[in-house]
Parts: sequence; structure tokens; C-alpha cells
Amino acid sequence: MPKDKSIKRVLIIGSGPIAIGQAAEFDYAGTQACRALKSEGIYTILVNSNPATIMTDKEMASRVYLEPLTPEVLKNIIRKEKPDSILPTLGGQTGLNLACELAESGFLEEAGVRLLGTTVESIKKSEDRELFKQTMEEIGEPCIDSVIAHNVEDAVNFADEKGYPVIVRPAYTLGGTGGGIADDETSLKTICKTGLQASRVHQCLIEKCVSGWKEIEYEVMRDQNGNVITICNMENLDPVGIHTGDSIVLAPSQTLRDEEYQMLRSAALNIISALKICGGCNVQFALDTKSMKYAVIEVNPRVSRSSALASKATGYPIAKVAALIAIGYNLDEIVNGVTGKTYACFEPTLDYVVCKFPRWPFDKFTEANRTLGTRMKATGEVMSIGANFEAALLKAVRSLELNHYSLDSAKFNKMTKDKLYAQLTVKDDERLFCVCAALRKGISVDAISEITTIDKWFLVKLKGIVELEEKIKREKKACLNKEFFRKIKRKGFSDRAIADWCGVSESEIRALREGMGILPAYKMVDTCGAEFEAVSPYYYSTYEQENEAAATGKRSIVVLGSGPIRIGQGVEFDYCSVQCIKAIKAAGYEAIIVNNNPETVSTDFDVSDKLYFEPLTPEDVVNVLELEKPEGVVVQFGGQTAIKLAKSVSDAGYKILGTTVESINDAEDREEFDKLLEKLHILRPKGKTVYTREQALDAAHELGYPVLVRPSYVLGGQGMEIAYTDTEIREYMDIINVNIQDHPVLVDQYIAGKELEVDAVCDGKDVLIPGIMEHIERTGVHSGDSISRYPSSFLGKTVDNIIDITKKLALGTKTVGLINIQFILKGEDIYIIEVNPRSSRTVPYISKVTGIPMVGLATRCCLGEKLENMGYGTGLYKKSDYYAVKVPVFSNDKIPELEISLSPEMKSTGEVLGIAPTVGEAILKGLYASGINMSKGGIFISVSNKSKQEALPLAKDLFDLGYKLYATSGTAAALRESGIVAEEVGKLHECDDIERMIKSGSVKLIVNTPTKGRNTRRDGFRIRRLAVESGVTVFTSLDTVSAFVEALKVGKKDSELTPVALQDIGY
Amino acid sequence: MAYLYLIDGTVFEGESFGYAADAMGEVVFNTGMTGYQELLTDPSYAGQIVTMTYPLIGNYGINSFDDESDGPKVRGFVVRDYCEYPSNWRSEETLDKYLKDHKIAGIQGIDTRALTKKLRSIGTMNGIICQNYPTPEQIKAVQNYRIENPVEQVTASKSYEIIGGAKRVAVIDYGLKRNIVDSLVKCGLTVRVFPASVTAETVLDYNPDGIMLTNGPGDPKDNVFEIAQLKKLIGKKPIFGICLGHQLLALAKGGNTVKMPYGHRGSNQPVKDLESGRIYITSQNHGYCVDADSLKGVGRLSHVNWNDRTCEGMEYDDGRTFSVQFHPEASPGPKDTSFLFEKFAKML
Repeated sequence: MPKDKSIKRVLIIGSGPIAIGQAAEFDYAGTQACRALKSEGIYTILVNSNPATIMTDKEMASRVYLEPLTPEVLKNIIRKEKPDSILPTLGGQTGLNLACELAESGFLEEAGVRLLGTTVESIKKSEDRELFKQTMEEIGEPCIDSVIAHNVEDAVNFADEKGYPVIVRPAYTLGGTGGGIADDETSLKTICKTGLQASRVHQCLIEKCVSGWKEIEYEVMRDQNGNVITICNMENLDPVGIHTGDSIVLAPSQTLRDEEYQMLRSAALNIISALKICGGCNVQFALDTKSMKYAVIEVNPRVSRSSALASKATGYPIAKVAALIAIGYNLDEIVNGVTGKTYACFEPTLDYVVCKFPRWPFDKFTEANRTLGTRMKATGEVMSIGANFEAALLKAVRSLELNHYSLDSAKFNKMTKDKLYAQLTVKDDERLFCVCAALRKGISVDAISEITTIDKWFLVKLKGIVELEEKIKREKKACLNKEFFRKIKRKGFSDRAIADWCGVSESEIRALREGMGILPAYKMVDTCGAEFEAVSPYYYSTYEQENEAAATGKRSIVVLGSGPIRIGQGVEFDYCSVQCIKAIKAAGYEAIIVNNNPETVSTDFDVSDKLYFEPLTPEDVVNVLELEKPEGVVVQFGGQTAIKLAKSVSDAGYKILGTTVESINDAEDREEFDKLLEKLHILRPKGKTVYTREQALDAAHELGYPVLVRPSYVLGGQGMEIAYTDTEIREYMDIINVNIQDHPVLVDQYIAGKELEVDAVCDGKDVLIPGIMEHIERTGVHSGDSISRYPSSFLGKTVDNIIDITKKLALGTKTVGLINIQFILKGEDIYIIEVNPRSSRTVPYISKVTGIPMVGLATRCCLGEKLENMGYGTGLYKKSDYYAVKVPVFSNDKIPELEISLSPEMKSTGEVLGIAPTVGEAILKGLYASGINMSKGGIFISVSNKSKQEALPLAKDLFDLGYKLYATSGTAAALRESGIVAEEVGKLHECDDIERMIKSGSVKLIVNTPTKGRNTRRDGFRIRRLAVESGVTVFTSLDTVSAFVEALKVGKKDSELTPVALQDIGY
Repeated sequence: MAYLYLIDGTVFEGESFGYAADAMGEVVFNTGMTGYQELLTDPSYAGQIVTMTYPLIGNYGINSFDDESDGPKVRGFVVRDYCEYPSNWRSEETLDKYLKDHKIAGIQGIDTRALTKKLRSIGTMNGIICQNYPTPEQIKAVQNYRIENPVEQVTASKSYEIIGGAKRVAVIDYGLKRNIVDSLVKCGLTVRVFPASVTAETVLDYNPDGIMLTNGPGDPKDNVFEIAQLKKLIGKKPIFGICLGHQLLALAKGGNTVKMPYGHRGSNQPVKDLESGRIYITSQNHGYCVDADSLKGVGRLSHVNWNDRTCEGMEYDDGRTFSVQFHPEASPGPKDTSFLFEKFAKML
């Protein structure tokens, strides 16, 4: 059937803030869908609360709403915009759940709105465990022995009958939240309880554990005519037992015979046919390693993280095709954009190997529990493409930016054989390196396979890599004859690792290699294994014979992307990269991107003129430059990842566009920067540069406690802490120095005050400041974790001073392009705490609310244009009529044992925006959007002694607003003295009052300011964890509470909020 | 060091694996990512050197269940990255040993994508795998190489029967893949396989309820005798043709076949059933195709390849004769069209 002409106005629901289990892949999917529908002439209405996304750019849809994703808000938008249909399957689980809720409540029918693509019945059949099992039984597809548990007893009975271990999977949750593997009754009871709480329908699947079976996934598609195809199959290196989002994944499968491949393929197609899916779908199987037995683990009736991966792995645009299917097209009517000649109705074939490697946050959350299981912990992932498994794996490993340039790990090499045997039983983020160390120590493939259940195919390949590594370590440069050198380059070895083993510099190895004529050859990703001529400008490197990529001869510019999503570097930098590409293209250049994140828009092959899917390391990037010979390279939009590469790019003789490497370094170099500030008469907190513990202690004594301690050249305040005592200094310095630091550690005076932030564009002469942001939380809370409002509440002289300092700094640092500055306001004094001559986290947000395309302007500045000719003026841009409040969103529930209180170290994974005509309503919207529980109920207050006075008026406000207060004795007494009634509860270590209140839901909110210092926080820490894992909101800063109160005073429910489209904001 | 020489003068350097001997053949590529054992033993590849576009080959070894005939039929095998240590519960030996035992030459470590692009742009070419740089004599021999009477080489030496059910099918073996027979037996049919040299009379003497024409190698037009027999069989019994069987049927009906530039070989070929409008993903292996226009008046085009719109299936006007270019028996490849065997069984 061709396009359904009755579809004219479509509402697209986004997936909201980035959280563990729901990352940038839905920005990619949603953006593709918006583009596809727009090009079909459909009026599109987009709703997403996440301002860092590309999909929420004004040009992406006819109407863009940065609004809370709640059913009530959506109803208002539907009433206002009157769409005829909703596309629910591209906004992840969030979008799907919302659409189902709207449909089930009868609202959609009433409003005459239909769901496009897969029907609610089909969605329910695949999402509801009971219905799903029933459907699978009907079509004869085997499921794992399981039972649906509505209470803990059901679960225990099942396990008693079928035997342990069992897996607990809560229904309707993201990334397996609340699930886990239970080995005995005690652990089953615990896991099941949290699982039931995590599930929207209070339902868990308890299933017999098939841990150790192969985990195989199929990405499949179906259209309304019943045509079914497979896009890609994937095999997890980590067998069943580790969440697929936390597994190393290969595409296509490596150890399956055709018989097995086709058996599972047929099963997947049977399943989507039976479920009548229209669009994309992901099916996960467990396959026995010793027979043809298999079982269906899970079906996702929507585009997912895996479909983003499958799209990038094959070149097949799943989300775009799914969107076109939703509006009526069949697969045989949609052209394959890669070949331009064939159709979307075929199955991609790969002539390379793809490896996905998860990116976990444990480099920042050093104290968190790193073990992996059914609950996903990764914040992002990298993908790599190689001509063989070894190359794909090694490229992926070095793309992680964790300083791994090989599989060699000093940490595990130090372990004895016995220790390694024991360590092999641990499933955590470092397992691959542990396995390689075990192979290095001579532990056999059989033994390792027995312990880890990893297929021997992978282990033998790893052994091969390890043996080559050892040979180089042993023989050093002597072994690097042309034949051997080519061999190891083909297997993906990095120059950097070879150099380290040979004890020479990387540039020496590079020169030696180039001298031998061993150069990379780039191959095209074309969906068809070269069967047809392709037009996709999508490449990866190999050391094969024929090179398919060549400079086109047009003037070109290379943009370096931002790599995997991690804490402190999220989708916002992909937004910036994509905007930069657009601006470069508009200026008439060819835009070339290098990036390795499969979840992003920037790695969609039709966004740039050319895409190199490569690790972002000096070697891999310079290789691309040597081939493309661009006029310049842009590093300022790809976060710290790209900035870190600036020196290598410049050393290789390529021009960095915009702010130069010297200026970037000067801004990071303590001494240079202090000199500049002094010259400009700008204040900053006093500080010292140190390397050792002793130096740090001396510095702290000289500056006076409290002090801020942090490594330089880091993201998101990584490793940053406030120290109040010598003990703390010692503790932090030891943590920082666990990894060898190339750069010094900074010790700064801590100044308590108000934080302000500015993003500005500078052309070298003039400066344009779109607006000034103000952080709600006081200094000491990382800017990424603070609630931030625009415009700031300050006027007059303060604003003038901010403008003045911004101009001075932008010009003083010789910034060309973007600059981000953070200020502390204390009394009349303005201190500088951070200057980053690059794009920042807040650029997308401030661009959207002010209407200034900051990245576009900054890119034009980099290309030599002047601000005065761009039409937005210079100096501070006029204030918007609207307030915009950014609220951070955390994934604390996903990482057990993580300290959640706000600190200088960033912990949030995403953000949302509230836009409204008053600041109170903007905060309220932001809070709703962030998922904070806004319903009235009980509040438990427990604050440190020094915060008690400050807490009293807030407690009174909350009491007056109708909250019931609970407090421990000290706080309760203080409240009573001020005439506020609070029910007294026992301390956590004395009784179970608090635990009971949290679990029973009588407490909806906890205000808990931690007593400073790590050793005294035990009770508080446990309360906070308990609350987070039970879905209770915790505020650890009174400033946040104050904002919360301000929002509550607005007195509006989410149904009473007025939606604001970006198109309606007058700039 | 070993070489793959193509008649356009291209030389690829690689390493020998399998049987270390020189082997000449028509070089073709297959885009399937799995199924090398089924493919090696598919008799339709007789006389050909096959290269796989997927780079890692040998991963799951060789077993005694996945053969489609009594041994490998290819002349040579070209892969990017041969896997020495296979892993699969069914694996019994390595691909290398299997090729050695059956005296099939292999070459690995060459840029198979570059090779595929070459074949795609120039068309299928003759080539030779050789252990030393090819001699002028060898080059000349490769240029003149032609697959001669391949059907004769791969057809059954004598007829045999597999008892399934009451209804009987005569299978004319032009180089059959085992799964064709298995699929028929699975439909509850008794199968009698005849060598390609069988006469129409012998087939009719068996008094089958239907006739199955199998796949097979080479240029369909070379099979003059077989085509003559088919002319006598058409209309007498329900007939189902696959691949070469489909082409021979077309020729027997007075139609024409043409050589394709580089054929269809893989497991991802979309075929549209023109009656239902449904697209099926099929397994294919052919270098010639039927010119549907040449059959106007005697049959109708039932299936087309959705990539290049070539003929993938015919239904003839007697209502009892139909054929497909693709392989419903799969092995390797998707089993989405296995219902065609049931369709055939129902006609009997």
C-alpha cells in the first residue's frame, strides 16, 4: 500500500532525558523519523523534554515542544495541535508507555487520534509478560520456563519447583531496572521486591536461568503487507546473564552455522508476524551451546538501542524505514538510500565485522559496584568496524577513551595465576582484560571457557592477539619487518601500543610503518557486500589492498565528534557536531566527520558529506586527515574528546579552525591562565598546582580549608572533591593518582557563593552573549548537576560586569568560536572558576531558548566570518520573553552503592528543560519533566546541624503547602521550636521506621543534607540509597528544596501547564 | 604464498589453504554470511571458483550434517580470513582439512571486497588459483576455459528411491541439493531420483504423480538432450522446476535464457510474488536467467527479483507447470519460500 493520504498531522513522542538504558539512540531514531515525515510533506509535532537533542531543534519539526513527558501535558498538546495520528514507537520505552497510557485511557479515541504503526494490542502482546508467553505458546516459539509473579511468594514457589538460579525481570522497565539473578531464596526475595516496585504494573517475570547460553539478537522489520525482513543479527561475546546493553556485541553472529542462523531468523520473523508489528522490532534469543534448543528471551516492539546499532552496523536506516511504514508505505516501495537503486525490502549483508563495546561510568563512580548482571549500567557505547574480529575489537577498545590501546592490562598482569582463576569468576566491566591476562599467564582456553562460558571461538581469537602482543613485547622493534608489521596492523594493533611495547615514541613507529608503505585502506559500508554500486559516503579503515575512499578535490573540513556518551559528555556534543556540519555545508565546504558512537545523529551517513566510523585517537584521526587533506579541522564542538586531539592534529600539520591549540592550552594551563587574569584584573579563587599528596597538603594549608581538589584536563568535574581536612586530602589524592596523571592536580580555595554561567561566541574581535544563566544550587555543586535558569535574576551592574569580563576573557584567550565561562558571585565580587574555549553542555539549551544558532555562528567565525555581519548583533542579546529552567536527571537507581548527594563531581546523565512565561512555572515544568514526584504526601527531613537554621523556613513552607513532615529527633526538635509540627522517627541504625516509611510510600520525598566528610555519612548514605532504589526523590541541597518550594507555590498541576512551542517564542 | 589470477590480468596475492594445487574456474562471489559448507557442496557451483564476501570463513568448522551432496563441488574457494580453530557443537573438522581431503584448492588473505567489486563491474571472469605465479601456458588455458558438460559430472550415476508416502515424484537430478529431496519427503512424498540422462519414457514408465526438476550447474542451453526430454514431459504431469530446472523448462517451452553480468549468489535476494504482492527473501545461486518476454503466450511471469527485476518464477498456461529461479529448499539461506514444496505436493 502506498502512503496513507489521510495522515496529515503526526505527533512524535521523544524519549526524554538521557538515562542509563535510554541514551542518544532515540535522538537518532526520532531525528530520522522527523526528517522522513517532513520530506513526505507531513506536518509534524514533536514533544520531548530533552533540550540537548537534535530532534528538538526548531527546524526538525513543524512544531517543537520542550515539555514534560506526562500524559496530561501530552493531552494538552494534542488538544492544541489536533494531530490525526501519533508515532509512538520511536521514543523508546518512554514514548511507548505514554502512547499506551493515552490509548488505554480512551483519550485518543475521544480526540480522534490514531496510533501509527504497531497497534496497542500488539505492543501489549509483546510487553505484557503473560500475554507474551501465551502468544509464543500459540505459535510454538519456545520461551524459558517462567512464571509471572505479582508477589514475592509466587516467585519463591516457582523457584522451589524449577530450581535456582532464576532471573527476575520486571515488566515495562528500562534496561532491566530492578531485575537480577537470584541464586537462593534470600536473594530472590530481595530482588523480587525491588523488581515489583520498579514495574509500572507491579509484575515480574521469574524465569529459569539459562545463563551461559549464547545470546543472539535479530533486528527485524515488517510492513502492513506482511513483508518481513531481517536487518542484522548479532552475537554477544558475553553469554546470557549479562544485560545485552552491558555486553560486548558482534555483528553478524560469528559462531552460528547457517542452520542455526536460519532457525533463529525464521523464529524472529514468525514472532513479528504473529505480533503483527508494523515497523522495527528486536528479538533476543538464548541458544544452547550444545544443541539446537533455543528460547525467546525478549521482544521489543519498537526501535531500540540495538536497532540504532544495527542501522550503523549495516547502513540500513531502520528508524526512517519504520517511520515510512507507519504512514502506509511497504518495504518494496521504499528506496534503499545506500544504493539509490535497490529497495528497502532486502536483507543487508556485511563484508566486515562490527563490534559494540559498552562505556561504563566506573571511571567516575570509582566506589560503585562494577559487577554486571541483568541490570544495565553502561551510559553509552562505541562501535567499530574492522575487516576481522581482532581489528574490530581492538578499535572498539581504544575508542573507549579509557587509555586502553591494546588488551594488555598492568592491573591484571600483576595478578598471580591463582588470583586470576578467582578473578575470572567475576563478571564486571574489566572482564575482557582479565581474560586476556589469564591467557597471557598460560591458563588454557578450555579452562577459561569453562569458568566464563565465553565461546572458545572468541577466546582463541583473544589468545591470538595476546600471543602477538607478547611477541612484540619480547622482540621489540626487531620483529617489525614488513610482513609482521602488516599482519599486526591488519589485526588492528595501534601504533601507540606497539610504540609502548618497543619502548619508542608513537611517531617513530608511525614513521617506520609509513616508510614500509603500510597505510590504511578505507572500505565502504554499503549494505550489500559490494554486490551493487553504492553511493553511501560511509567508511572504515582496514589494512587491506584496495582503498575506496579518496579526497574529492572539493574544499573540505573535518569535524571531530565526541565519542561515547558518558557522564559529563552527553548527547549535547553530538548536537553541536551536527550543527557544525550543517554550517560547514552551508558555507560551501565538504563536511567530513570522524566519530565512533553508533547511537548518534552525527554518525548517520547522510548527515555529513562523508563519515569515517573510526576511533578518536591521534593515529586513527591523523590517518583520515592524511587521506582527505582538509583545509582545516574543527575540534571545539566534540567535547573533551575532540579537544584532546587538537595537539596531535596540529602537530601533524593540519590547521585547527577557530581557537588555536596554543589558546586551548593556555586556558587549561594554570600559570598561563593566572597571568592572563592578572593582566585583565579578573579575580579567581586562589589555587595551586600539585602532583603529590604532600604538595597538596601544603597547598591546602596555605589556602585554608575548605579547598577544591581536582585533576586538570577532565570532564564533568571528574575526580573533583571538596576537602575539609587533611585526611580528606590524602584520600582524594590517592584516588586521583590511581591512574597515572599526565597533567597536574589543582587545589583551589573554595568560595561559597552564587554561580553564573555564560556561553558566548567570539570572532576574535566581537563577542555575542546569548544570555546569562544562573545556577540554583550554590557553589560546590557541579554545574552539570545544578538546576540552571535563564535569564539570571541579576540586573544592572552585575550583568554589565559579566558582559565586560566575558568580552575580556574571550578576546584575552584569543577565542574564535565558542567559549564557556563560569563565575562565582560573592557580594560585589565576581570570581572566575572555569573557562573553556569550546562548546559546552548548555549550548543547545541556550541556543533553543534564545533562538541564536550558536554553533552555526561559531562555525562561521571559525571559517573567518565576522559577527557583525551575521544579524544577531554583538554584546548581550536581548532577553527572551520566556524563562527556561534546566533540571538535571540522574540514573542513580541504576548504579548500586553510588553516593547520590550533589558534589563538585558530576553524576547526572541527562537533563530536561522547562519553558514558561514565569520563572516559577518554568521550574515547575522542569521538575515535572525530570520525573520528580510532585504529588503531596510525607516528607522526611534530616539535615546537618549547620543547615538546620536554613532549613526551617523551607520546612514551614512545605508544611503550609500541605506536606506531612517526618524528622529524626534533632531536626524534629528544631522544627518544634519554630512551631512546625513534625512526626519524630527513630534513626535508621536504631529502628526500621525510616525504611518502613520509604517502602510503604508514606514518604514521597526526602530532604537530606549530608554531613561533610566521608566517614560520618553512614546513616545518611543508607537512607539515600534506600530512597533512590525505592523511587523516592531525595534532595541533598537546600537550594534545590527552595526551588521546589517556589515551584509548588505556583500551585499548578501538570494538566494546568500551558505548552509552549519553540516556534512561538518571540526572539 | 599463492595467487589468484583473473583473465583481465588482475593478480591477488594470498596464502594457500586447503589442497595446495592449481585450480581453474569461473570466478563468482556469494554474499551469504553463513552456509559455506552447504555452498561448497552445492553442485550448481561445479566448475566455479567461489569467493565469499563475508570475510571470516571457517568459524564453525565442518560437520557431517550440512553437506548438500556427497562432497564439495566448487573448483576453488577464496576467502579473506580463514578460521583455523572453529567452534560449534556440531563441528567435526576444520574447513582446511575438509578441502585438503577433497582436493579442493583454497586461497585466503586476499581483499575479497576488491575482488567482488571487480567481478561486479567487469562481470564474471575466468581465473586460476595457483601456488606459483601463473605461467603463460596457464594464462592461456584460463582464457580458454569453459565449463564443459558440468551436469554430467554432478548428476546421480543411477536412479534411487526414497520412500515417503503414497504419492510419487520423479526427480530429475541436474545436480541436486539434498534438501530438495528432503523437502519433498517431508511433504509426505515418495521420491525417485533419476540421472539427468534419463529419457522421458523412463520417467513416464515410473508413472509419477509429479516431476521435480532440480538445480544444477552451467549454461542451460548446453543441455540439449535434457531439454528434448522435457518437451515430451510437459503437460503430462505436474512439474516443479528450481534454478537450472526452471531455465530448462523455459527453454523446452521455446523461451530463451541469457547470461547475467555477475549473477545472483547469496541469501538476501528479494523476490516479489506478483500475484500476492508479497516479497520473500530467498537463497539464490545462478548466473543465467530466463527472459520472461520470450515466453509470452505460453506462461506468465510469477516472480521477479525486486533488485534488478529479472525473472524469478514462471507459471505455465497448463496450470500444472511452474518453476522458480531461487532456491526454496534454502540450505544455505532463508526458508521463507519452503511452502512452494507444499504447493507442489497439493497439486499431485
